[in-house]
Amino acid sequence: MSRPSLTGWLAWFGGWSTKAAPAPGSDQLSTGQLAWRALARNRVAMAAAWVLGLLYLVALIPEPFATCAANFRDSAAVAAPPQPVRIWDDGPRLPFVRPLVAVRHADTLALVWHEDASRRLTLTLFPRGPEYHLLGAIPCQWRLVGLEGAVWHPLGTDRIGQDVWSRLVHGARVSLTIGLLGVTLSFILGVLLGAVAAWYGGWIDGLISRVTDVLISLPAIPIWMGLSAAVPATWPPLGVYLGITVVLSFMGWTGLARQLRARMLAQKDEDFVTAARLAGASTSRVLLVHLVPGSISHLIVAATLAVPGMILGETALSFLGLGIRPPAVSWGVLLQDAQNLQSLAEMPWLLTPALAVFVVVLAFNLFGDGLRDALDPHHQR
Amino acid sequence: MIAATIARRCLSAIPTLLISSILVFVIIQLPPGDIVTSRIQQMQEAGAQVDPQRIEALRHQFHLDDPLPIRYLRWVGGMLTGNLGSSLQHDRPVTAIIGSAILPTVAISLAAVVISLGLAIPLGVWAALRRGTIVDHALGLFAYAGLALPSFLIALVANYALFTWFGMSPGGLFSPEYREAPWSLGRVWDLLLHLLVPVLILGLAGVAGTMRVMRANLLDELRKPYVTTARAKGVHPVVLVWRYPVRIAITPIIATVGWLLPYLVSGSVIIAVVLSLPTVGPILLEALRAQDMELAGAIVMLLSVLTVVGSLVSDILLILIDPRVARGQTSAR
Repeated sequence: MSRPSLTGWLAWFGGWSTKAAPAPGSDQLSTGQLAWRALARNRVAMAAAWVLGLLYLVALIPEPFATCAANFRDSAAVAAPPQPVRIWDDGPRLPFVRPLVAVRHADTLALVWHEDASRRLTLTLFPRGPEYHLLGAIPCQWRLVGLEGAVWHPLGTDRIGQDVWSRLVHGARVSLTIGLLGVTLSFILGVLLGAVAAWYGGWIDGLISRVTDVLISLPAIPIWMGLSAAVPATWPPLGVYLGITVVLSFMGWTGLARQLRARMLAQKDEDFVTAARLAGASTSRVLLVHLVPGSISHLIVAATLAVPGMILGETALSFLGLGIRPPAVSWGVLLQDAQNLQSLAEMPWLLTPALAVFVVVLAFNLFGDGLRDALDPHHQR
Repeated sequence: MIAATIARRCLSAIPTLLISSILVFVIIQLPPGDIVTSRIQQMQEAGAQVDPQRIEALRHQFHLDDPLPIRYLRWVGGMLTGNLGSSLQHDRPVTAIIGSAILPTVAISLAAVVISLGLAIPLGVWAALRRGTIVDHALGLFAYAGLALPSFLIALVANYALFTWFGMSPGGLFSPEYREAPWSLGRVWDLLLHLLVPVLILGLAGVAGTMRVMRANLLDELRKPYVTTARAKGVHPVVLVWRYPVRIAITPIIATVGWLLPYLVSGSVIIAVVLSLPTVGPILLEALRAQDMELAGAIVMLLSVLTVVGSLVSDILLILIDPRVARGQTSAR
């Protein structure tokens, strides 16, 4: 009861009424409250939820978290290694970084970066830099942490001097939202098709189930690749983004449709459905008001667990050069730079977007499993 | 009875192939432009004047003036007779381009299935027997990480690690020094090493999920009274576990091997690009980049047929292993 809004939310999605819930302090709890308690007690799932919350905050307003703009080229730091935060220099100091100095290697003539151990650049909170627009509208100058009058490269830079950390942070917007948007689209498609298949039965069910089976049994990545090649090269970044989302959802709705169909087949002959029909409810009303809400807690779990697949799909497509295209940034676009073994050997920090992908996917899986355990106590682990 | 079930299962693959062929045909047709527009573009770039009649003649020559259903039927007909069309980009028949890549594609996918099951089943059994101990938790964590790491990221990291720590370049099938060398023991060893890396990476992708299923199934079996009876009778613990509960717990996994295939074939395409293996993966990517849709479509269709046939074979094997499936007591899928 400590968080009535979320409890109510879960209860509503679970298809149960919160109005009938007993007063706080009573030892009887509604199913929604029980689910919330179980979720809150699952420390792993809650930690994953916090990680996801933080990541989506970054995706919403990446600029303060970055140290410079995504396409800013620091010509003074090309292919520079990460500058780690230090707190020790002959005694404890405020967090600082070392400036990097480039030296030409005597034999290979390649630039070799060294930390200048004689100088300290102290990190400051809210340093001012070039102006940017928060959420595309609010003019703003400060970053969360950084250097005054210089650009800090926490994860190094790439071959043309772009800051890896800042690009990672800016890329979160595309990479993280495409999963949510794609799952939303898949959700709508899956609910519609699954509900229609279960309700009408007969040849409609046969057709939809057959198409679902086929799409599930086909290899997703080659088909995604083929479909995304149809997104014209002349489209603006937003169009490409939406196109890729549609492509990803095209294969993504099948699992949801299958689950909903199975749940609804089990429910459609229940008394409450017959009652609703006898009371004169239309087919769409019976489906959307009476049947779908009863399965929605399962669908939410399934949707949560489907998000990582979408994120991985976008990463894979962009990585192959068939998804999001530069100058737009996503984690897959960043990983393109890691494809070249030679540059990867010189600049291993280009692999950090892979770590970000890993963390997000892991967090979604952990949270989704926690949600399932909370909403469906009978599910076998 | 068994023969009838197998025949029915084979027939059910036909609509699957039909729907996937329609899907692939749509993929081929989706991008703007076709073979004629690109020919015309070539001619115009060469400075030639292209009059409308010539375009019309060209379109007729490539049957592009037919309605879509006719073109679909012609495409499927060609596919059935072994004519996969011709590549725009290479100006050669598709079969000549992908012919030599089919064997490595099939071999790597199959080897990955074998590695997946070969690792997942013993690990799942181990985790179930050591339930609640550090082994179980470590394996669970590994499974979670495995589910979260797509195989191409593992391939990228492996690529980097092998290159910097062992000086080995895992890309391709041979190290540079063996690429042109005659066959020798060293060259075979080199080839095996280069095949091992992608097969292991790809196989790992399938291990995580299968291992969890195996663990859960076995735990269910271990609770049953017959296990207690056998224990009480003094059957050796190792013999007991492997002879009875494991054999029952394994059936659903064999039944769903077909589900592993789309996943592994999918992953193999992108792994092959990362590790530059001579499979159809890199050819597909190159074809898509060049909008060479006939070639790309043929490859997507080939990969789809591969997974459909793969799951068909796994279902038939299941019917042969477990006669209950043929009698309809448990369903294959």
